[in-house]
Amino acid sequence: MTPLLSVQGVTKRYGAHIGCADVSFELYPGEVMGIVGESGSGKSTLLNCMAGHLTPDAGQVVFDTRADGPRDTVTMSEPERRMLSRTDWAFVHQHARDGLRMGVSAGGNVGERLMAVGERHYGDIRSKATDWLERVEIDAGRVDDRPTTFSGGMQQRLQIARNLVTGPRLVFMDEPTGGLDVSVQARLLDLLRGLVRDMGLSAIIVTHDLAVVRLLADRLMVMKSGRVVEAGLTDQVLDDPQHAYSQLLVSSVLQV
Amino acid sequence: MTDQDYNFAYLDEQTKRMIRRAILKGLAIPGYQVPFASREMPMPYGWGTGGVQVSAAVLTPEDTFKVIDQGADDTTNAVSIRSFFQRTAGVTTTTKTSDASVIQTRHRIPEEALTEDQILVYQVPIPEPLRFLEPRESETRKMHSLEEYGLMHVKLYEDISRHGHIATSYAYPVKVEGRYVMDPSPIPKFDNPKLGDMAAIQLFGAGREQRIYALPPYTQVVSLDFEDHPFEASKADHPCGLCGAEESYLDEVIVDDAGGRMFVCSDTDYCDARQAAGYKGKDAA
Repeated sequence: MTPLLSVQGVTKRYGAHIGCADVSFELYPGEVMGIVGESGSGKSTLLNCMAGHLTPDAGQVVFDTRADGPRDTVTMSEPERRMLSRTDWAFVHQHARDGLRMGVSAGGNVGERLMAVGERHYGDIRSKATDWLERVEIDAGRVDDRPTTFSGGMQQRLQIARNLVTGPRLVFMDEPTGGLDVSVQARLLDLLRGLVRDMGLSAIIVTHDLAVVRLLADRLMVMKSGRVVEAGLTDQVLDDPQHAYSQLLVSSVLQV
Repeated sequence: MTDQDYNFAYLDEQTKRMIRRAILKGLAIPGYQVPFASREMPMPYGWGTGGVQVSAAVLTPEDTFKVIDQGADDTTNAVSIRSFFQRTAGVTTTTKTSDASVIQTRHRIPEEALTEDQILVYQVPIPEPLRFLEPRESETRKMHSLEEYGLMHVKLYEDISRHGHIATSYAYPVKVEGRYVMDPSPIPKFDNPKLGDMAAIQLFGAGREQRIYALPPYTQVVSLDFEDHPFEASKADHPCGLCGAEESYLDEVIVDDAGGRMFVCSDTDYCDARQAAGYKGKDAA
């Protein structure tokens, strides 16, 4: 089986500082990978390198494209990479405001990716947008409202709808539940889990919230100071952490 | 000689040369916004500094020059720019569309079809069609270069979702030769069909924004739309009150404070010519 995404030796430096160093892993179709670590451990840098927002200093990010099979996205041309990020990839930002157009209605936000790949039939775009709003539990009657009138949780769900409307195969998520209160988090996680299972999505989720990875991720990587210190099945890493930092991380979670 | 010792058409030769290079580049890549070193002109930004610089660069002493502002030859902007070139270039000026070889225009295309011997110069306030959708210039330039124009349709989508139809009625975005999306300057969308396949050269100058773009003769220009909401060139549904024309673009004029109004051709030269030929509208004196 060909991995959907194969990351080899990805390194990113900021001057003398290390963003992330020598990260390698493989992600198979339908698999959800969690990346955890404290602030500044390089997990967002790694995610941005994989999603093409940053250019890594070394290493390969090989994605199994629909048309040409495995291709290194670091060396492919920018139009091709941007095309991927509109079709096969999705990126869910921590702050919904970074991923949404706040001056454009919810329907327009969801429709943008469709129009970007050439959809030119208003009726079709609108019905797909409405359908997706319902799938992320937003009332279809709010299709013409701007995201500024939405609550934080709704904005985050709208961002997810906007990303998934073109049927991507790989979703990058940067702290998808950050900044939401716990009950909203729980609903969002439930929704995400359903969507990932239904659509057979692969996902890479960066978070510092261990509960999120426990629920969503099949596998887990623990990062510290730009390096992966431990990797394995989620339950295995969380229940029997081997590395001193992983043990600290797991033991730091408050038990209510 | 003109009344002051200005160089022909105000600008110095080096500046005109620089502008001509930008114009030639613009003609070579229809719809592409060419940056140029816009000069301070003796008028405020927004009054047509871009158009004036382009006109200055293309004028020759043998040219006949016409200026229209919203279709009219007799408004402040048109009168002052016309007299500016009369003084600094000593060119013949006219208000007759067919007599002019260079026409500078603000927000209209003349009703009368232009010929291969004419140049139409537009004054452009904001050359970037994506400006209000994506404020970063670095990003819009990338979108142009990579032909990522999905966002333009988001604007039209928003129009339909809010108003039930495409409510953008001026500065309606067009696609040039299947490549660049271009802002046709704030002409009414009624004029959009005239942009394409026109015999005259069309030059667009944006002074404050320092951009020049162009459409060579007989260029394909398509107004953007949706399959189920096609582009429609719209105008007020009335005949002209003075000349009775049914096909021309109309201005609505309030004539008293009791709700009285009349519709007249925005192109004054077209209207005058029709009245001289004996056509009468219902409000004609």
